[in-house]
Amino acid sequence: MLLEAKRTDDALVLHLKGAWRIDNIASIEEALRALPQTSEPRVTVHFDQLDYIDLSGAWLLHRWLGQSGGQVELKGDPPQHFDFIEDVLHQQPKESVEPPEGRLSLHEALIWIGRNSVAWLRRIQQTVSYLGRVAVNAVGALGSVHRLRVPSIARHIYETGIQAIPIVSLIAFLISVIVAYLGAQQLQQFGAEIFTVDLVSIAVLREMAPLLTAIIVAGRSGSAFAAEIGVMRLNDEIDALQSMGVNHFEVLVLPRLLGLVVALPLLTVIADAMGLAGGALLSSVLLDISLAQFLPRMQDALAPTTFWAGIVKTPVFALVIALVGTYRGLQVRESSRELGRLTTVAVVQSIFLVIFADAIFAVVFVELDF
Amino acid sequence: MSAPPIISVRGVTNRFGQQVVHDAVDLDVRPGEVLGIVGGSGSGKSVLLRTMLGLHRPNAGEVRIQDKDITRMSDSELLAVKRNYGVTFQHGALFSSLSVAENIQLPIREYFAASESALEALTELRLRMVGLPVEAGAKLPSQLSGGMVKRAALARALALDPTLLFLDEPTAGLDPISAASFDDLVSYLHRSLKLTVVMITHDLDTLIATCNRVAVLVDRKIVVDTLEAIMNHPHPWIREYFHGPRARAAQTAVDGR
Repeated sequence: MLLEAKRTDDALVLHLKGAWRIDNIASIEEALRALPQTSEPRVTVHFDQLDYIDLSGAWLLHRWLGQSGGQVELKGDPPQHFDFIEDVLHQQPKESVEPPEGRLSLHEALIWIGRNSVAWLRRIQQTVSYLGRVAVNAVGALGSVHRLRVPSIARHIYETGIQAIPIVSLIAFLISVIVAYLGAQQLQQFGAEIFTVDLVSIAVLREMAPLLTAIIVAGRSGSAFAAEIGVMRLNDEIDALQSMGVNHFEVLVLPRLLGLVVALPLLTVIADAMGLAGGALLSSVLLDISLAQFLPRMQDALAPTTFWAGIVKTPVFALVIALVGTYRGLQVRESSRELGRLTTVAVVQSIFLVIFADAIFAVVFVELDF
Repeated sequence: MSAPPIISVRGVTNRFGQQVVHDAVDLDVRPGEVLGIVGGSGSGKSVLLRTMLGLHRPNAGEVRIQDKDITRMSDSELLAVKRNYGVTFQHGALFSSLSVAENIQLPIREYFAASESALEALTELRLRMVGLPVEAGAKLPSQLSGGMVKRAALARALALDPTLLFLDEPTAGLDPISAASFDDLVSYLHRSLKLTVVMITHDLDTLIATCNRVAVLVDRKIVVDTLEAIMNHPHPWIREYFHGPRARAAQTAVDGR
């Protein structure tokens, strides 16, 4: 019980009791809410039975008294916090902020549509100009060993390529085992188990290995590119580079791009090998197709172009992943929240664009009969 | 003078590997005072602050806050002590994904079942106390200027009506006008709310404008005294600190005010 209310002829008399501190904030609210809601001509507050009141308690009481609209009389020893609150309320803010945007209206809606359209156009323009700057810098850098930053490229080949070998191998192996297993079950119904070899080798070399590798690398390295560059942006490191006259495209974007363009095809070759190994293993264990039968059958099934049809796509995937990752990283401004959001965007977009590019390649290859 | 100290640090030793940062230091913080902690870079000011906050366990010694030894406490007991103090960190440490109002409300929500309207009311008071307009509550920390971030951090530190306030370099990175106005704010809150304030600062102006006593970390020990007495201390580092070229400039400026 924090409050006792009595009504005399012309006034509401409040006796405060116990501890009015932030710990009891729920009880304080409840006690104030239980008071009559009608406006009172006079309110008398007695503080003599009060044990303790802190600033929060005093503030809630002060607000209620202000809202009651009556003439307030304080009896006993009013808390000093009241003076402080009065003082604070009479101060002008020391700092100012822009007022928040107005309420929704047709006018606001039109402005919103206009702003967003312009923002969209600007985003397209930014993307195109980013591609352009990367291209110009790449042409410039390829002409000179110093500007190519070979040590940096080597580091990125190591980080995005060599360190990814275990996970890429494992996934390529498992996926091809799964495809071979499901394919064999269907083909057995026609007594055509031997075609499992064709299925696995063509599927792995043409589609599975390049696509899966690209998706894994997008998740691993695309996010790393965006996060690394984003953190540098937040730490003003990119401004520092620019102030020294160092071209950040040359030292940050191009090494990642070129490193990945080298690493991804190589990783795909490893994924091809592991995928074929997985298919061969499953065939020998489950279908009694020994390695001696598997290899010649595979050679018959594969056209000379099959391997290249897979590999030729991977530099394009690498470009997409590196461009999206670095672009999103450079977009980070202001806060760590942006960093998380843009890293996610980088991964999602690069995976989408990789699959989209793969679809275009599929159509083109069919038309070319490649 | 006779009141028991609100914080008492006894024989605290902190070591990192071979490096001894504090060698059996003692420090008392008296209720209602503003204590400034100064010291060279790497002299362990922040470690001392973190030790007093219970964020860092010292290698030896004890820290008593309101007569309870926080170095030997369980986490739940420590939580009860932590409720009584507010802290601002050097770079504000406002949660960047929350608005200023949500930052202030976070500790209140964590501990108490307050209704939304009460939370709004409490937030409004905290904002006005630190000289921010109520509209600033809707902003994200990244949309605020440096001075406003410091004020918002102070508002969050005051969220639970603490009696003890720790400030880590409250005026670092502010322009002189904002820094002076922040000093005024700290003094004003200290006077009006009877707060005990412990602050780390490098800013001589802040030290002169706000602090009752100064603790200097030198040679792994602490020297504590009033500002006047410390300024006449014979230790060479302390002499250099208070009478070096920058100090003289600050001193003349303050005397001239």
